[in-house]
Amino acid sequence: MDIIMSGFFQRALIGGMLIGITAPLMGIFLVLRRLSMIGDTLSHAAIAGVALGFVIGDFPILFGLIFALLASFAIEKLRKSYKSYAELSLAIIMSGGIALASIFFTLGRDLSMDANSFLFGFIYTLTPIDLWTMLGVTVAVLLIVGKHLHGLFLITFDEEAASVSGMPVSYYNILISVLTALVISISIKIVGGLLVSALLTIPAACSLLLAKSFKQSIMIVVLVGEVAVICGLLIAGVWNLAAGGTIVLVLIAFLLLILLGRNIFSRIA
Amino acid sequence: MNIGTEACHRDIITVDSVSFSYQQRDVFKNVSFSVMERDFIGLIGTNGAGKTTMLRIIVGLLKPTSGEVRLFGEPISQFKAWDRIGYVPQRNNLNPLFPATVKEVVLSGLSGKRKWFGRHSREDYQKCDDALMAMGVEDLAEKRIGQLSGGQQQRVFLARALINTPSLLILDEPTVGIDYETQESFFHMIKHMHQHHNMTFLMVSHDMEMIKGYLGESPASTAGKLNFYIRHSHETQDCIEDNLAHSLKHLRSQMESQKEG
Ligand SMILES: [Zn+2]
Ligand SMILES: [Zn+2]
Repeated sequence: MDIIMSGFFQRALIGGMLIGITAPLMGIFLVLRRLSMIGDTLSHAAIAGVALGFVIGDFPILFGLIFALLASFAIEKLRKSYKSYAELSLAIIMSGGIALASIFFTLGRDLSMDANSFLFGFIYTLTPIDLWTMLGVTVAVLLIVGKHLHGLFLITFDEEAASVSGMPVSYYNILISVLTALVISISIKIVGGLLVSALLTIPAACSLLLAKSFKQSIMIVVLVGEVAVICGLLIAGVWNLAAGGTIVLVLIAFLLLILLGRNIFSRIA
Repeated sequence: MNIGTEACHRDIITVDSVSFSYQQRDVFKNVSFSVMERDFIGLIGTNGAGKTTMLRIIVGLLKPTSGEVRLFGEPISQFKAWDRIGYVPQRNNLNPLFPATVKEVVLSGLSGKRKWFGRHSREDYQKCDDALMAMGVEDLAEKRIGQLSGGQQQRVFLARALINTPSLLILDEPTVGIDYETQESFFHMIKHMHQHHNMTFLMVSHDMEMIKGYLGESPASTAGKLNFYIRHSHETQDCIEDNLAHSLKHLRSQMESQKEG
């Protein structure tokens, strides 16, 4: 129990509560547009950036962010060149990110860094600066999404109608990718690069089973994400488990419970 | 498309020698026509004549291989007043699980400045109710869009296009999958909007009965495999009601008294 009282765990909890809002919030837009793979791709690019940050010495979140941003622009570019084969561009960038990361890992071998920490999360390394970065990104994401919610809904629901209503569709596409890149890079230290896409997509999967309206679906993803991150971190803290993995398993447990509940409910009703 | 020499109304769609080819095959070549303010144009053609393609070019979803489209006198690349145009495509392939209510979908058609967190004003909700009423889907307002039948969904998309009371309504087979009674009231409403309000229509349809009944027995012009049936209105824009459902009130009460009688 002492671990929960410790400074680094409190930091992890605060950071977790921040990404528990933003990651599922961006995830719902990606999932509804059938672009969940973008989250996965950006996070693999971010892993490479974080690895480079450690090789150079510091600012892993910053480098992760830069790599994820570069990847999000590259996706848009490639998407235009391949049009109907969008997932091809994702596959290329995803493997490119992992390839780079693996090279950086071997370069940084003497730096006594642990590849596991990028891949699966490493809450013990969270610094106060990381927390401030997370807070800044969270505030920015909430302001931008709040301001553009109507446009984001329209483009998510019906991209053609958005275009005919005169909305700058490609600007919105870039906005979504950039915000996702931001959210992923702040989430890596807590849930890890390989698991961050679960925090983007599983809350959305839960909300698709429950929500009747778009408003509800946004409230549900944030609620599910938040509860899962807090439960996951507490369980991980008490039993000394990997934080990222525990959070993701809690998310999956939620999804299974909802599925089960729906089955039972539809049988009685 | 004015037969006289002096134009009484201005052009609001100008299609200027537009060609479109897809996979090295010409869908149409060098098509020119214009739609004047207060025209009602029925666009008829066989399958593969490129009716839907033409509409998609007009609303800017497709770029013509050559030629130019102007909307309200402006080249489409510079056109800004998209809120004056309502467009209803033939089929929306929407994800049946998409979490959005009918009301949210119809409200998403509203243009103009947006409040924070996508909130709407009381006036917006009133417009939404009117549009739902006009399409006879007011009872479905809180249902999830994916739970509706194809015809009901189509009516919701029509309501979304109507919510801004656009000056130009572009419709691609608007009544496919819709029951006869709703078709009747829909045509009744758009005829009323054409005759007594300043609304212009460009509609692709296979419903020859409706087209010929309202627009005349034979096409006023043709371009390739595309046939244009045209009726231009000079009736006075005397109707002062500005909500959408008003033209239906009379019709509905008529229908109901028929049912009872
Ligand atoms: Zn005239
Ligand atoms: Zn009227």
